[in-house]
Amino acid sequence: MLRHMDDAIQVEGLAKSYGTTPALRHVDLAVRHGTVLGLLGPNGSGKTTTVRVLATLLRPDAGRVRVLGHDVVAEPAAVRARIGLTGQFAAVDDALSGTDNLVLVARLLDLPRRAARARAAELVERFGLADAAGRRVRTYSGGMRRRLDLAVSLVGRPDVLFLDEPTTGLDPRHRSEVWDEVRALAAEGTTVLLTTQYLEEAEQLADDLVVLDHGRVIAAGTPAALKAEVGGQRLHVRPLHRADLPAVGAVVAALLPDAFAAVDAVGELTVPAADPAVLVRVAERLAAAGLPVAELGLRLPSLDDVFLTLTGRPAEPPAPEEAA
Amino acid sequence: MTSVTTTRPVAPAPPARPARARLPSVLRHSATLAWRGVLKTIGSTEALLDVTLQPVIFLLLFVYVFGGAIAGDTTTYLQYALPGVLVQTVVFASAGTGTGLADDLKSGIFDRFRSLPISRTAPLLGAIGADLVRYLTSGVIMLAFGFLLGFRTSAGVLAVLAALGLVTVFAFALCWVFTALAMVVREPRSVQGLGALIMLPLTFGSNVFVPTATLPGWLQGFVSVNPVSKVADAVRGLLTGGPVAVPVLATLVAVVVLVGVFGPLAVALYRRRT
Repeated sequence: MLRHMDDAIQVEGLAKSYGTTPALRHVDLAVRHGTVLGLLGPNGSGKTTTVRVLATLLRPDAGRVRVLGHDVVAEPAAVRARIGLTGQFAAVDDALSGTDNLVLVARLLDLPRRAARARAAELVERFGLADAAGRRVRTYSGGMRRRLDLAVSLVGRPDVLFLDEPTTGLDPRHRSEVWDEVRALAAEGTTVLLTTQYLEEAEQLADDLVVLDHGRVIAAGTPAALKAEVGGQRLHVRPLHRADLPAVGAVVAALLPDAFAAVDAVGELTVPAADPAVLVRVAERLAAAGLPVAELGLRLPSLDDVFLTLTGRPAEPPAPEEAA
Repeated sequence: MTSVTTTRPVAPAPPARPARARLPSVLRHSATLAWRGVLKTIGSTEALLDVTLQPVIFLLLFVYVFGGAIAGDTTTYLQYALPGVLVQTVVFASAGTGTGLADDLKSGIFDRFRSLPISRTAPLLGAIGADLVRYLTSGVIMLAFGFLLGFRTSAGVLAVLAALGLVTVFAFALCWVFTALAMVVREPRSVQGLGALIMLPLTFGSNVFVPTATLPGWLQGFVSVNPVSKVADAVRGLLTGGPVAVPVLATLVAVVVLVGVFGPLAVALYRRRT
């Protein structure tokens, strides 16, 4: 990834351990001004630790971390003045109303009382919380809490916004509401770093991706570049009868002897196939062998394929409404 | 309602530059966070009942359940017990500081505060500031209800205010113990449980409910060094007559020792934790 002096976020050689357990071994990344960077990775890969270091909540053990040109260790106050943070678990006050949550942060950012109230009213309106603004947050739905959480992180009009798994636990409708907000913010020029386990989310929102695994960057680039890196088209075959999988696998392997075939949970076999002509040959051989298929085709790799290829294991499946 | 702002203003919001002189930012932010703490108490039914109803229940229980047995009649016992129950109430309230802090740290709300350009200690000072209001409120309710039940003081308004001030200061000193506990134990429920283990012997192993002379010798030793006994003596002296100077002095010594030992410890643990 190209690095520019004027990148909004610059991370070089970041390392952080908890006791003797390394969370981040060596992380380099850069985020250009006004773009959305998606930080992808399985649980425990170091996504949240990276965000906590960038947001000045954790001191790095090694490396240089700059946000908007300010070093997070040497000038934490300068960083804090220009960032917004939305945590994995919505950090809003249950016992306060939505408005009071917003006013509280506005006052802590030194807005005078009247300006704080005006800013709160503006955000409540923008996030569709006007009707609920006077109610205690305890009575809010999960989606409302997330929207309020996002609104609270925007009180100070941050130039850089950190979103740590902003939609974990949300149902699809609320997820797309949050996505719309993130897109709107990016369109206004806010630099966004978001962590996610959902490849679809990364694909929807991010201009660039960084994939973490075991505290290291294992891939970086645009979604399109990552897909290209993993290879071109893939052949997908799903036999009608799952018992036929080994036989189908043998047919494919005979035609594509050098390719690594992966099988997913629903019994679909995926294999890189550079030459599109292989599709017809596979279809003929399967028909000749009397192996009926439910699905057969060529596709460009999805980010799931990227993840599988890079880490040797599938991405976590989305589990909405499970997380607290 | 008429214009929904969905676009960013061209110029970033100018930071507030107040015309008149203001408090140093750490105090101003702590005051804002204290306001949040008070709202939090008002906004949570359990917390509000804890502050308002608990003193009333304590007083009713102790005076009417034990009063006759201990002092012969409830009126006499109310005169003896009220000052002590006042102390007990604020000691219980100060234990709540630990639970509240553990709760805030766990919920992630302190992470949000720490991502803001405010002093690192402001959230801690704010929480304790809000709790001072809580202690004082509990104390006032307890006293008012005591007067309603027939408690009579020979002292003037100043002595009553001094008694309230003294118990609040003592609760403030004790809250550092519970703050340190919250930083070490972390889990709010465990903080509450361990807090009770500290509070129960402190409040019941004192002269709050019965005169020290009625206790077995080994217990008298503990009761007479228990700072809660000193505070209860001081409040009794102020409200119903008796020696004041010595127990007040002893209370202030306890306050200095508690704050001197547990204050820096709690702050150091808090800084390590956050």
